Amino acid sequence: MKKYAYFPGCSLEKMAHSYHMSALETTRALGIELEELEDWNCCGATAYFHVDELLAFTLCARNLAMAEKEKRDIVAPCSGCYKNLFFTREHLKHDADLAEHINEALAEDNLHYAGTSAVRHLIEVFVQDVGFDAIKAKVTKPLKGLRVAPYYGCQILRPRKAKEDVEQPRFFEDLISAIGAEPVDYRLRLSCCGGALIITNRRAALSMVRNLLECAVRSKAAIIATACPLCQVNLECYQKQVNHEFGTDLNVPVVYFTQLVGLALGIPPKRLGIGSELVAVMPAIREAIEAEPVVAST
Amino acid sequence: MNTTAETSATATTAPPEDRISFVEEIKNLLYASEGNPISTCIQCGTCSATCPVASGGFMDNSPRRIIALIRSGFKEQVLKSNTFWYCASCYQCTVRCPRGIDIAELMYGLKRFTVWRTEHQEGLIGPTFSETFVKMIMRTGRSYEPVLATTYLFTYGLPEMLLEAQTATTLMLKGRLPLLPARIKRLENFKRMIRHIVPLGD
Repeated sequence: MKKYAYFPGCSLEKMAHSYHMSALETTRALGIELEELEDWNCCGATAYFHVDELLAFTLCARNLAMAEKEKRDIVAPCSGCYKNLFFTREHLKHDADLAEHINEALAEDNLHYAGTSAVRHLIEVFVQDVGFDAIKAKVTKPLKGLRVAPYYGCQILRPRKAKEDVEQPRFFEDLISAIGAEPVDYRLRLSCCGGALIITNRRAALSMVRNLLECAVRSKAAIIATACPLCQVNLECYQKQVNHEFGTDLNVPVVYFTQLVGLALGIPPKRLGIGSELVAVMPAIREAIEAEPVVAST
Repeated sequence: MNTTAETSATATTAPPEDRISFVEEIKNLLYASEGNPISTCIQCGTCSATCPVASGGFMDNSPRRIIALIRSGFKEQVLKSNTFWYCASCYQCTVRCPRGIDIAELMYGLKRFTVWRTEHQEGLIGPTFSETFVKMIMRTGRSYEPVLATTYLFTYGLPEMLLEAQTATTLMLKGRLPLLPARIKRLENFKRMIRHIVPLGD
């Protein structure tokens, strides 16, 4: 059983608790173990990087150093946390002076950063480390007929120029196919949800959310799957405000990919945190999960 | 796209002759960026076209125009612009720039530059929000949403405020809002670590 240092991030403690629950349930079922990083601190979100970059790198480096101590790779379920941890590691790799300076600060907490732990996003672990075949093999309730719009968002893809799949990724679609659901093709799958603009520029963010939701609904998606708590909150919890602002009538559930994977693995909805949404999920998934379980593939 | 804003800046002051030019200052901001310098920009406008906020008409100056203004030394217009505070960090511009300029990083650099100098446009939520966030993390090591709400709620009109309160209440009922702030265990070490970087005390 492969073990990872799990960095839940602040959102997963409450706002995105269902992501936390479903991440733990599904990884356990797939034979990997997420052990929560002891005494982790906030990654700095985008706000810290707006004020002081050095301090922001230090916050991330503390988490990385703690994962190193446990000799494990660090896994973040939030795209924002992932990006911050990933790029802190990249910067420190190329800037020995910066690393030295940060290590002096980390010594106050008896930590040292060396760069030995890799930074992974949770969906990467599913796609690359577990793999589609292993996931397929464990599916007991394929989500037949469920039209899912995979929403990548930004920071699991960009700005990693070296990666060839920045513009045309397929891994989220493939993951949805692996659990027996039907991935929906729609134009804005890689567009931004507005991120923190939902607070700092509400109108701009609401209009971005509206475009995204309408695009997914036009492609007849029954549900949207995300891999980031901020994306989920913007797309789901602000739907009512979008409707109010633009006179639309949107009502599309938005879940975490781990929740859908969990359903396909036969885990009861409640243990995946389903029920804490503002846009009800059950009407969209009922038919798919209440179908007869498959005995053997033909 | 935004024709009134496109012409408004040309009438004001010519580039100042400081000890260090504005272009140099901005260049220094990006010393650690792995992208190319903004002097290599060909003003193609890919950044503006690809930016979901600029193409929605929400920015007073598009990213392309910000680069042009910096290169022409229009410091005041740049610093008072809302462009970088309305950047959502989606990195689409950075990935698509044909000259390999890290435009999103430039936006981060400009945010920090105006926070340090408190020279940003008035009435923006972004700077206050970011500063409140930083102070919160320095105190507890973790984020706590209700503290942040105070930075923007009072800038809203009544209808928006009511809508926001409604969303918050529903989230609370669903158990999705924290009632108490979380804090890390080794907080004293953490604070000493921070003081190593920013020698300010609390």
